[in-house]
Amino acid sequence: MNDATGMPQSAVVVGGGSDIARAILRSLADRRLRRVLLAGRDEASLGTAAAELRERGVTVDTAALDVRDPGALDAFAAEAARRLGEIDLVLVAAGVLGTASFDELDAAAVFDSAATNFAGPAAVTMALAKVLRVQGAGRILVLSSVAGVRVRKANFVYGAGKAGLDGFALGLGDALEGSGVEVTVVRPGFVRTKMTAGAPEAPLSVDADAVAEAVVRGLETGAPVVWVPGALRPIFGLLRLLPRALWRRMPG
Amino acid sequence: MTPGSDRQLLTGWGRAAPSAATVLRPTETSELEKLLSPDATQPGRTAQVIARGLGRCYGDAAQCAGGVVVDCTGLDTIEELDTVSGRVRLEGGVSLDSLLREVVPLGWFLPVSPGTRYVTIGGAVASDVHGKNHHVDGSIGAHVERLTLVSPAGTLACGPDDHEDAFHATCGGMGLTGVVSEATVRLLPIETSLVRVETTRTADLDATMASLREGQERHRYSVAWIDALAAGGRLGRGIVTAGDHARRDELAGRQADDPLRYEPRSLVEVPVAPPVSLLNFASLTAFNELWFRKAPRRPRETLETIPTFFHPLDGVGGWNVLYGPHGFTQYQFVVPFAADDVVRVALERLRRARVAPFLAVLKGFGPEGPGPLSFPSQGWTLALDVPLGRAGLGPLLDELDELVAAAGGRVYLSKDSRLRPELLEAMYPRLARWQETRARLDPDGVLGSDLSRRLGLSPSAPPAGRPAT
Repeated sequence: MNDATGMPQSAVVVGGGSDIARAILRSLADRRLRRVLLAGRDEASLGTAAAELRERGVTVDTAALDVRDPGALDAFAAEAARRLGEIDLVLVAAGVLGTASFDELDAAAVFDSAATNFAGPAAVTMALAKVLRVQGAGRILVLSSVAGVRVRKANFVYGAGKAGLDGFALGLGDALEGSGVEVTVVRPGFVRTKMTAGAPEAPLSVDADAVAEAVVRGLETGAPVVWVPGALRPIFGLLRLLPRALWRRMPG
Repeated sequence: MTPGSDRQLLTGWGRAAPSAATVLRPTETSELEKLLSPDATQPGRTAQVIARGLGRCYGDAAQCAGGVVVDCTGLDTIEELDTVSGRVRLEGGVSLDSLLREVVPLGWFLPVSPGTRYVTIGGAVASDVHGKNHHVDGSIGAHVERLTLVSPAGTLACGPDDHEDAFHATCGGMGLTGVVSEATVRLLPIETSLVRVETTRTADLDATMASLREGQERHRYSVAWIDALAAGGRLGRGIVTAGDHARRDELAGRQADDPLRYEPRSLVEVPVAPPVSLLNFASLTAFNELWFRKAPRRPRETLETIPTFFHPLDGVGGWNVLYGPHGFTQYQFVVPFAADDVVRVALERLRRARVAPFLAVLKGFGPEGPGPLSFPSQGWTLALDVPLGRAGLGPLLDELDELVAAAGGRVYLSKDSRLRPELLEAMYPRLARWQETRARLDPDGVLGSDLSRRLGLSPSAPPAGRPAT
């Protein structure tokens, strides 16, 4: 069960090998987290993540999962419930930035990005949300991005996927009102991780541990949306209003 | 059936950590027995079942995510009252409020009064509640002669000399041994409905503790309100009240004409839930200063009514919404008298963290009772309302838990919503014995609550053959 300070004891993580997921899990393991199921497609990074959690006394299980395979997701959710018993936290951290230039992008690449960053994560979130609704309690934490708050030309395919996922998560949270299940949307700015390695760093960039710290604080305070760093919230409040002619001149 | 369609979202009195469950309200013991039988196939039947009374447990003891919560308030008959011996036999869902209305005018009183009269007798037993007289009279379990316990293994009559394991495991057992469908309680004779109260203002924690000890030697009731926001040399300053039921010859005038008059005020409700906490550091600092100064500088004796002395918070209905949308937890622990430093450290750290407790209460407990999961044990008990929803509160309370456990103390499960499960056994050394008895009464793990799952008090996985949907 989640305790009254928002701390989970068990978690299923989609994209469990990602740097941000790992940092969040390390922080939660210092509090109440004791049982984790890590899922993802990169077995090596799942192994690394599992090892560092086991060092912290967490019982860890891993599962191979590609969220782009819709046929696998309901079965995965059922399997997660079976392995963990109660699921206190669903952490959805799957996603790929993609660095293709306009000329390199083709229909297949856009389709794949949409599946990886929106359709897949949304679908697996849906499958797990149904398990949590039956449980009558639990929290879903979806990693969105400021890239989805207002999509810009530099990463419009990725940004569009995050915009879709962000909207999906907010709507899901509303749909689950009264069920005992709550949804938290996390909107980091530029995070220095292996996913963004090589990409030009944006202002106010943070590392994965800063995201983890903000997420824990968000769970403690029950915030439905967590911006990292917090300053991005007012900034994007303004950027959203910027005339498009200016917005399209945003660098990077 | 669609899960969720018939469910209610429930929280404890602290209004935190909600979970959804199917709520069923039996009005006959036979319905209750059916609900708890392991092979029950009622619609909406899910993993586990827990009883709920009036929802005054602060934490998650009376909620059961995805399961069935049995609302016991339909079992509300006072079945037999012997006005000579003071024995009362009543159904588990009878509230202390309705019992008092019945018995006070006849010259009887509850042997143990928790801070609110809006609890059921079944809930009072399940929490093994204590009152301001614990140092003299122990907790409620010491005054119960007999319980009818509806457990998944069957319905059992038990008492301190008969199936005593089941009885003691139920007193303080957080509803996890079964549902109390009926209790027989020995009441306390009173000559009047008034309490003779001595009020003493104390300058610091040492003075408060000294005054409490002195009060406990001479009076049946004794408790201290602590100004939890006072710092430095004034840390732990407070108002100690000690009292006894007034004798008839101590009343005069109109009071003497009607010595057992009992008319508790009907509730004034907090009209709307405020969107933010109204009980913040600034408002409470001001309130505490006024409250402290209102108390007489020199000890003073007054006559107070039962509601004023025993249930001051019941005057305002739904006061728990004042802590705002994040709710609150009540942090209550007990440590041996020799570890009084833990009380000091707890007050200091919470104050430094600018946690704003509306209510901080200190009292000395008498010896521990026989219930293996019962909270009171000899020493100081401090209870503080702590508003939730602030970063860093969890680790702060975790540190205090460590101090409490290291001192041989424990936290009160009826108030808890955040204890680290690993500390449970250190705090409740008789846990294994309790779990053994529990397993006999509920071999299939039918009973369970959010509290029991969070702390691993009882098996949490739905047993085979009991589908989770």
